[in-house]
Amino acid sequence: MGAKTLLSHSLRIAWKDLTELFRNRLGLVLLILMPLFMMVMVGFIYPSGGSTATNLPVALANEDAGFGNSTIASQTFIMGLQQINAGTSMLALSNASTANEIKNLVQKGDIQGGIVIPNNFTASVLNGEQGTLIIITDQSNPQVSATIQAALSAVFNQMGTMLAQQNVQTLSPAVNENNSLAIVKPYNIQTEGVVPGTPSYFDFIAPGIMAMTVMMSVMTGLPVAISQEKEIGTLDGMMVAPINRLSIILGKTLGQTARGLLQGVIILILSVGLFGVAINGSILLVFALLLLGVFSFVGLGIVITSFAKDQETAQMAMMTLMFPMMFLSGVFFPIQQMPWYMQGISKVLPLTYASQALRKVMVLGAGIPEITTELTVLIVFGVIMTAIAVPVFRRMMTR
Amino acid sequence: MENESIIEVKNLTKTFNKFTAVNDISFNVKKGEIFGLLGPNGAGKSTTLRMLSTLARPTKGTAKIGGYDIVEKDTEVRKLIGIVSEKMIMYNRLTARENLSFFGNLFNIPKNVLDKRIDELLELVKLTQWKNSQVGTFSTGMRQRMNVIRALLNMPQVLFLDEPTLGLDPQSSVEIRDFIKKLNQENGTTIIITTHMMVEADLLCDRIGIMDHAKIVALDTSTNLKRLISGSDTTILKLEIGNLSPVIIEAIRACKCTDAVSQENLTHLRIIAHGDEAFDSVIDAVRAKNGNINSMENLQPTLEDVFLHITGHEVRDNANEKMPMEMGHGRFGGSPQGRTR
Repeated sequence: MGAKTLLSHSLRIAWKDLTELFRNRLGLVLLILMPLFMMVMVGFIYPSGGSTATNLPVALANEDAGFGNSTIASQTFIMGLQQINAGTSMLALSNASTANEIKNLVQKGDIQGGIVIPNNFTASVLNGEQGTLIIITDQSNPQVSATIQAALSAVFNQMGTMLAQQNVQTLSPAVNENNSLAIVKPYNIQTEGVVPGTPSYFDFIAPGIMAMTVMMSVMTGLPVAISQEKEIGTLDGMMVAPINRLSIILGKTLGQTARGLLQGVIILILSVGLFGVAINGSILLVFALLLLGVFSFVGLGIVITSFAKDQETAQMAMMTLMFPMMFLSGVFFPIQQMPWYMQGISKVLPLTYASQALRKVMVLGAGIPEITTELTVLIVFGVIMTAIAVPVFRRMMTR
Repeated sequence: MENESIIEVKNLTKTFNKFTAVNDISFNVKKGEIFGLLGPNGAGKSTTLRMLSTLARPTKGTAKIGGYDIVEKDTEVRKLIGIVSEKMIMYNRLTARENLSFFGNLFNIPKNVLDKRIDELLELVKLTQWKNSQVGTFSTGMRQRMNVIRALLNMPQVLFLDEPTLGLDPQSSVEIRDFIKKLNQENGTTIIITTHMMVEADLLCDRIGIMDHAKIVALDTSTNLKRLISGSDTTILKLEIGNLSPVIIEAIRACKCTDAVSQENLTHLRIIAHGDEAFDSVIDAVRAKNGNINSMENLQPTLEDVFLHITGHEVRDNANEKMPMEMGHGRFGGSPQGRTR
C-alpha cells in the first residue's frame, strides 16, 4: 500500500472528523469561547507588572505643628503631592486628622494605606534636617501594600528631586535647571527593548497560550476522539477496511491538528484585535512553530490513546498530565522564578520550548537562527515520542 | 464449487488474561451458506466473529477466509468480508450518503462505481429519500438498515452479522431477516450470523453451530439438530378447526405424511405426521374440504429443546450471569448506543 493511499485515507478520516465538528454547533461555540475565556481570565487577573494601579484609596493626615507660624514645608509637600497625583491619578486621596485615625480606617477597610506628616516636619526641614514622612500600610494585604509603598516612594522620590533641584538653584544661581538635575541625580536610567514599544502581560502570555492550546488540543483531542469511536463501535468500521492502521492515527491527528490550529488562530485574532498584542516576527514562522509543537506532542497523545480503555480514562490521563504542564512550561509564570528542581522538570517539557520559541518570534521578532535550540529540542522530542508511539499503537489495534 | 469451504477454522482459541472466551473451536463454512452461531450471551459468539473479521487476534489456532489466513493476510481477508456489528457503525452527524461514501472510500472503490452502488443500496433498503439526512435523526430500524448496507459497500463474499436484530421491533427484525435471505439467494453471499434467538437461527440458517461456554457443542442443520431429540422427522400438530367434520378428518388421514389423527374435542385435532412437507400437506387437505383453521400449534421439538438437551441447562442460565449487559443491550437500551452522543 503506497504512501499516496495512506495519505488519501488519512485525509478522508480527517475530513470526516472536521465535518462532525462543524455540525456540532455547541461544540463550535465552546471551541471559540474556551480560548477567549482563557485570555480574558489570565490577562486580567494577573498583575501586568507596570504601574497600572490607579485610585488606591489613601488618607493623608497632616499633624505638622509648624515652625513659628509657618507650615511651609508641609504645605509645599501637599501641593506637590496633589500636583503629581493629578497627573497620574495613582491615589484617591482623602483627609484624616491623625495617624491613629488612619490606622482605624485601614482596619475598617475604608482605605488601603495612609501618609502621615509628623508634627515636627516643617521644623526639621527649616532647620536643615531631613523631613521624615510616615507611610501606613495594610499588612493584611501584602500585595496592595507593596503597590502603595512603591507608588508613594515614586511620588516622594519625584518630589524630593524637585525640592533638591530648587535648593541647588537657590544656593547657586549660576546653575541652570538641567545642571541642577545632574547634580541631584547624577545617573539616569533608560530602558530599551529589543523591539520598540512596551510589552504588556498579554504579550508575555499570548504566545504561551497559543502554543498550549494547540498542543493540548491535539494531545487531549486525539485520545478522546479515538476512544470515543472505540466505544460507540465506529472504529471497527475503519478497522475492517483494508487500510493501513497508520492512516487511522494520521487522519485523526490531522483532524485534531486542524481543530487546534483553528483555536490558535482564534487566540491570535483575539490577542491582536482585543488585547493589542503586536506580532513582530513572521506569522508563517508562528504557524510553523505551532505545527512543530503539535508534532512533538502527538506521540504522547497516541501512547495515552493506546493505553486508555475508554473515553473517561483517556480524559483523566490527559488532565493529570495537562495541569503540571500548564504551570511548569512558563506559559503563565516565568520559569526563572521557579526553584531549581521545578526548573529541571520544566526543561523536559516540550511545551516549554514551544512557548519560548513562539514568544521570541512574536514578541522579539526572532527568526529561525535565533530559535534553533528550541527547534532542535522539539524535533528530537517529536521523533522519539513517535518512535515509541507507533509500535505501541499498532499493538493496541490488533489486541 | 457448491461444496467448497470458504471459511476454515482450526482450533481457534482466544483468551483474555485468564478468561477463555473461545476454546479450541473448529468448523468449516461452505460457500453460499447461511451459518449461524447460536448461544447465550457470553458464550463466545461475538469473540469468534471478531477474530474471523480480523478485529481480534486469535491466541491460538488458525482460520482462513477465501484461502487467506486471517492473521498473515488480514488485508486480503478484509477485502472479502463485510461486518454488521452489534454496535451500529455510523456517524450520527453525517448524512446517510456521507456515511456510506466515507466507508466506501476506505475500500478504494472508484468514485463513479461507489456513487452508483450507494444509490442502489439506499434504494434496496428504502432509504433513498433520507439520503441527505443525518443518521442521528433516524429511527432504530432505519439505522440498522444503514448498518447492514454499510457492510455491503465492498460487495463482500462473506458477511458477518453480530446479533443483527437485537433491540429491533418485530417488524424491523423481519425486514432485516428477509434482506439477509435475499442477499444470500440473489448474490450468493456467504453469511455468518450470531444470535441468541432460537427462532431467528431456525428461520435463517442452513447450519447452526450451538456455542456454550466458549465451545461449539453441536453443529448441524436445524432439522438434524432436532432429530437429536426425537430421533426422527416427526411433526406434532395441534389444529383448531371451526367447522370440523368427519369429511375433513378423513381427508387428513388420507395424506401420505400423516401417521395418526385423534380428535381431542369438538374442534381440536392432534395430528402426528412426518417429513418436511407435513405442515403444508395437512393444511392443503383441510382447505380442500373448506375447513376453517382457527389456530394451529406445532409441537415439533424446538431448538430450545435441543439446547437444553445438549447443554443440560437453558439458554437463560448463562444470560442471567451477564444480566447488566443483557439489560443494557436488549431490554431497555433499544439500540446499543441509542441516539445519544
